[in-house]
Amino acid sequence: MKKSLEELKAIRDKKKAELGLRKGKNGYKVVVGMATCGIAAGARPVMVRLMEEVNKRGLTDVTVAQTGCIGLCRLEPLVDVIDPDGGKVTYVHMTPDKMSRVIEEHVIGGTPVRDYTMNILDGQIIDPVVRED
Amino acid sequence: MAYTRSQVLLCGGTGCTSSGSRVLEKEFIKEIKNSGLQDEVEVAVTGCFGLCSLGPVVIIYPEGTFYSMVKPEDVAEIVHEHLVKGRPLARLEYKETKGDKVTESLKELDFYNKQTRVALKNCGIINPEDIEDYIGSDGYTALEKVLLSMQPQDVINEIKASGLRGRGGGGFPTGMKWQFAANASTPDGVKYVCCNADEGDPGAFMDRSVLEGDPHSVIEAMIIAGYAIGASQGYVYVRAEYPIAVKRLQIAIDQARDYGLLGEDILGSGFNFDLDIRLGAGAFVCGEETALMNSIEGKRGEPRPRPPFPANKGLFERPTILNNVETYANITSIINRGSDWFSSMGTEKSKGTKVFALGGKINNTGLLEIPMGTTLREIVFEIGGGIPNGKRFKAAQTGGPSGGCIPAEKLDVPIDYDNLIAIGSMMGSGGLIVMDEDNCMVDVARFFLEFTQDESCGKCPPCRIGTKRMLEILNRICDGKGEEGDIERLEQLALGIKSAALCGLGQTAPNPVLSTIRYFRDEYEAHIKQKKCPAGVCKNLLDYYIDDDMCRGCGICAKKCPVGCISGERKQPHVINPIPCIKCGTCLDSCPFGAVKVAR
Repeated sequence: MKKSLEELKAIRDKKKAELGLRKGKNGYKVVVGMATCGIAAGARPVMVRLMEEVNKRGLTDVTVAQTGCIGLCRLEPLVDVIDPDGGKVTYVHMTPDKMSRVIEEHVIGGTPVRDYTMNILDGQIIDPVVRED
Repeated sequence: MAYTRSQVLLCGGTGCTSSGSRVLEKEFIKEIKNSGLQDEVEVAVTGCFGLCSLGPVVIIYPEGTFYSMVKPEDVAEIVHEHLVKGRPLARLEYKETKGDKVTESLKELDFYNKQTRVALKNCGIINPEDIEDYIGSDGYTALEKVLLSMQPQDVINEIKASGLRGRGGGGFPTGMKWQFAANASTPDGVKYVCCNADEGDPGAFMDRSVLEGDPHSVIEAMIIAGYAIGASQGYVYVRAEYPIAVKRLQIAIDQARDYGLLGEDILGSGFNFDLDIRLGAGAFVCGEETALMNSIEGKRGEPRPRPPFPANKGLFERPTILNNVETYANITSIINRGSDWFSSMGTEKSKGTKVFALGGKINNTGLLEIPMGTTLREIVFEIGGGIPNGKRFKAAQTGGPSGGCIPAEKLDVPIDYDNLIAIGSMMGSGGLIVMDEDNCMVDVARFFLEFTQDESCGKCPPCRIGTKRMLEILNRICDGKGEEGDIERLEQLALGIKSAALCGLGQTAPNPVLSTIRYFRDEYEAHIKQKKCPAGVCKNLLDYYIDDDMCRGCGICAKKCPVGCISGERKQPHVINPIPCIKCGTCLDSCPFGAVKVAR
């Protein structure tokens, strides 16, 4: 079918997001720990929710990635959110609903969700106070 | 849910296809489905990534992990480890040849870091069989700009200002070529745009890779060229030996027609243009512009005298422009990013970048694109990863059979059109063959001359007879029957052929001989006077013998010798009879004690 200028532009915009993956993105990078420990603790539903949110909200500049065991198996599922400047925030004991909140407040809003982050006190890792909504 | 979080890119260029990338594609799709990831991981086949010797190459994004020499049985492991668990499989990750450091991402590889990709910008990134991938990479925006906001003369001015010169080898300014064709008058208003994809140099595959990896960039540029000179029909002349390139180009043309980007009233501008493929049967001479046009017309592929030049009387006696694939691949970037941007790269008289096909005695065999003015040393030792097995660099041949060799002392000359001619070689289409100390330069010259002699169309005597005589002399020298005065005879013949041959093939055929004489005259003299081949290549000048002290008399060589010319008692030193010996080297390879020697 012959395409009009508008149709070409629509294709271009749609495809750009897809191809962006291959050309490097500039926005946030969200990394889910998906080693055996993470998967056993429920990382997979977190990942699925993450992808749903990114897709639903059209966050074309966000990279969804996964990584292996981060070494804190008891705190899994772990999710790292890396901002465009390289700053990293680690979220622990993640669930799909917590993931949605992190996307909303951190990735879109720019403010880390303190309730779910890892705390380090005197060199000791302290589980965060988990506050269910 | 259909969100693609990860993409598996498989190289579908000729190199990786022949090392089995299409089997991998099936395996990946199967394994990804088995793991339930089919909705979030996409498998895409792209054009050439450039590191052909490491094929099949697989790249996984967003990490940009580079896997080399992947086998079908590795696929399940990659899927489970990388895509399910998120840990790259170190075992298959490509290690840069410098040191043992495992590179985590493609962006870290020296091979890619030092390149500037303009003509190859989409190669290895987009799926060449999907026009929407191209459109999503700013494809056809240059065409929009040209058709909707520029006059034909504006387009020509922009190309002129960019300083782009023909990438097929001659280096003629592209804008000027377009201007001549635009100015030329024609009785019926018909003009043509042609693309030369008849890449015939041994070891060169730049054009093939562009057509395989990014065919739409050539199509878009040809439509722009048509608009600039006032042509409404184009032809791509591509050799039939490039089946993948032909197939993808045809798919791309069909898709462009379907989207209304080829045909009538393109983008509502009132401009008509269509494109067809013409297959060449593989004659080297058909890469010469006038022979190519004869071939498209259905005539015998022989050159015709110039003038008249194709810009005035080309295809079917109408004004025609003929540009090389790589030249076209630069056009859309020049239109989109401006001539200033383009001319900011390169040297004073050679702007932009050049694609080279790197081959021969080099670690990273493959395809690369560098700004003009890069030195040969950077190409060979940084991007190319140096010479394998710690051997010494001897020379690099550029320009294939029409070019010449560049010796080690010229490694630091910035590469551009004029510098290469000054040192006795030429840019050519971009084949770059690296030779080490084991290459005999006389033999190399003979190889290239044998090629051009064989490919000579026979129309003009200087090329038909002259190259034959030159080859006879070279054969004689390599056989140990060289005579005093042979070098001078070669030089004299070369001069005659260069000045009298009808077309580029003949005029450049003596170049490899002249440049090897210029830089490696001592090797010629060793062949002629001492009857020795210093590199140990020319068989008739070598003698195999067995070192008495090292031979243990095991008899392996005698058993393996195909002509039975080795004899000796068991546990006693063996002897090679030089008369029946065919110098095949089997004994040398089979001796466990290294007792077989070659006298050079």
